[in-house]
Amino acid sequence: MSDSMQTLEKHTQSEYKYGWSSDIEMDIIPKGLSEEVVRMISAKKKEPKWLLDWRLEAYAKWKTMKEPNWAKLNIAPISYQDIIYYAAPKKQKKLNSLDEADPELLKTFERLGIPLDERKVLAGVAVDAVIDSVSVTTTFKKKLGELGIIFCSFSEAVQEHPELVREYLGSVVPQNDNYFAALNSAVFSDGSFCYIPKGVRCPMELSTYFRINAANTGQFERTLIVAEDDSYVSYLEGCTAPMRDENQLHAAVVEIYAKERAFVKYSTVQNWYPGDKDGKGGVYNFVTKRGLCNGFRSRISWTQVETGSAITWKYPSCILKGNESIGEFYSIAVTNNYQQADTGTKMIHLGKNTKSTIISKGISAGKSHNTYRGLVKIGKKADNARNFSECDSLLMGDRCGAHTFPYIEIENQSGKVEHEATTSKIGADQMFYCTQRGLSVEDAINLIVNGYCKEVFNELPMEFAVEAQKLLEISLEGSVG
Amino acid sequence: MLKIKDLRVSVEDTEILKGVNLEIKPGEVHAIMGPNGSGKSTLGFVLAGKDDYEVTSGSVEYQGQDLLDLSPDERARDGVFLGFQYPVEIPGVSNSNFLKMIINSIRKSRGQEELDALAMLKLLKEKLASLGMDTNMLKRSLNDGFSGGEKKRNEILQMAVLDPKLAILDETDSGLDIDALKVVSDGVNSMRSPDRSFLIITHYQRLLNYIVPDFVHVLVDGKIVKSGDKSLALELEDKGYDWVKKESSEVMA
Repeated sequence: MSDSMQTLEKHTQSEYKYGWSSDIEMDIIPKGLSEEVVRMISAKKKEPKWLLDWRLEAYAKWKTMKEPNWAKLNIAPISYQDIIYYAAPKKQKKLNSLDEADPELLKTFERLGIPLDERKVLAGVAVDAVIDSVSVTTTFKKKLGELGIIFCSFSEAVQEHPELVREYLGSVVPQNDNYFAALNSAVFSDGSFCYIPKGVRCPMELSTYFRINAANTGQFERTLIVAEDDSYVSYLEGCTAPMRDENQLHAAVVEIYAKERAFVKYSTVQNWYPGDKDGKGGVYNFVTKRGLCNGFRSRISWTQVETGSAITWKYPSCILKGNESIGEFYSIAVTNNYQQADTGTKMIHLGKNTKSTIISKGISAGKSHNTYRGLVKIGKKADNARNFSECDSLLMGDRCGAHTFPYIEIENQSGKVEHEATTSKIGADQMFYCTQRGLSVEDAINLIVNGYCKEVFNELPMEFAVEAQKLLEISLEGSVG
Repeated sequence: MLKIKDLRVSVEDTEILKGVNLEIKPGEVHAIMGPNGSGKSTLGFVLAGKDDYEVTSGSVEYQGQDLLDLSPDERARDGVFLGFQYPVEIPGVSNSNFLKMIINSIRKSRGQEELDALAMLKLLKEKLASLGMDTNMLKRSLNDGFSGGEKKRNEILQMAVLDPKLAILDETDSGLDIDALKVVSDGVNSMRSPDRSFLIITHYQRLLNYIVPDFVHVLVDGKIVKSGDKSLALELEDKGYDWVKKESSEVMA
């Protein structure tokens, strides 16, 4: 059980104990970042030398880089020397039953419709080895294994499949891609690795059944997905359950490598601690996500529902290198109170007849700021590339802001780029119409917002979509009236 | 059922209704007629509880309680229905989903059990058939891209499923061709009952050929200047609003 699954604030202060009591001296890594720290992390994870070298190279590059400040974000300075870069999986206090858990938290689980067994695990209740989700996990792992699908933690992959990790690590997001990617490359703690062999269609949503395990993210998460020719996988990241996390800075990297005719669908629901009503606390979520469509007709589709974090800085992107490859980005970003989100995508068209679609729905409430920032680039050789972008912003109240920055770079005149943008307020007329039919104000808002987001919800796997809709309702609670 | 006493209403400091008196008993159908800008729609909005309409004096009693004290959704749950002159479009929300939500919200408030998906579909299909409407209406986004006639029929459908006690129809006839007009008025007529009242707001007499009112009131410049039976509507059609305007100013003078 990791700290990020710790959801009871009262336990986050004092009751954590580091996992290895045998040699305490060894396991408390001093605050701050140095070459020594990078070496220690790698040693603790018993990594091969090539990976240590790779980390050190990243660290060296990071030292020469500067923190970016171009995003439309208001960030309190981050002290990189005050962060502990390696913490062993922490243990949280086990509860004997759900009755001992925070009633507020239980109410949220109930409203999100999270299955009972999962609620127990998320709330930190001690569970037997025989609970459904655990045995289900084992069963499905076996089934995946039979198909040759590898789905495991990143650390496990380094030990079990070093040749695959070595070949693809950093192939989509290079170490020095940006400041936070470089940081992640130097100190990444763990994450997920997923490999789909040639011609295999993964028969289940990866991580639906592993949701609890997959929620074990850590501060510097690294995910690598490789899809061979003619394969398909739908991958779910995150969890709709509230994540109260004491780590302020999260800098994850996700790399997707799709080969000929492979289709990777990556869905995220992010609901980390957004800070309180006055804007205190909350997670800084600086993520680099990128997919490489490296073959004929490969396709990568990003869908995200972002409701958490105090600050989100995230641009899931597609490099459309293969001819006729397809990139898609569907996003809902909700900000409330003092949250800030600067998110969007980059669609880099390099191959011929490549296509991309961008549907972004921003919802701002309270005093929050929500920015869409996107780049559509059509390279010299990308004949007949096409892009369609639709960026909508919905404002609730008059103290929030919505901003749209679409960047377009075209080097090939046969390209076709369409961009539509709208900004609207939840209309008083729409509200009156709904309430006149007997809906409460809250129900009316939920209905209108869900209608507004429908195009994106349609892209999410069914059960995830239902939870995401409820999550949106909870996130916007009390934002009007 | 409804007692309006000396109702005065302003919008942004401009007085629109200047002392309206009206009583509607259970089972009665009242028509309010009047020229553009006389305050007809304002009356409908105020009764339904729309924001931005400030009641400066007077009272409205509905089923023995102070209607003005209730929020729009409370009024709706107590049986007040307003058919909009310009029904609002809500993209991405399917008509069937909206109907399910409002039906169950009203049922819940009445202490009735919520309908499950099957019972709901049965009810909707039944009502659609009785209104001569296509089931395709259910799949589309609420009023989004509907023609004028479709929007109005959709209002009547909502009225039919919500089973209100007081139905206010604001210019439901405007923009309708004769076939749609018949569908709408058949819908209203089939719902007439001793414990349901209607307030029909209209500019033209035409609708009243199909929905025969018990009383007709003429609203001019924020006041009811003349009341009568259905023959008053015909007289108005004949002589025009100038006739009542003139008459009323003579009375005032």
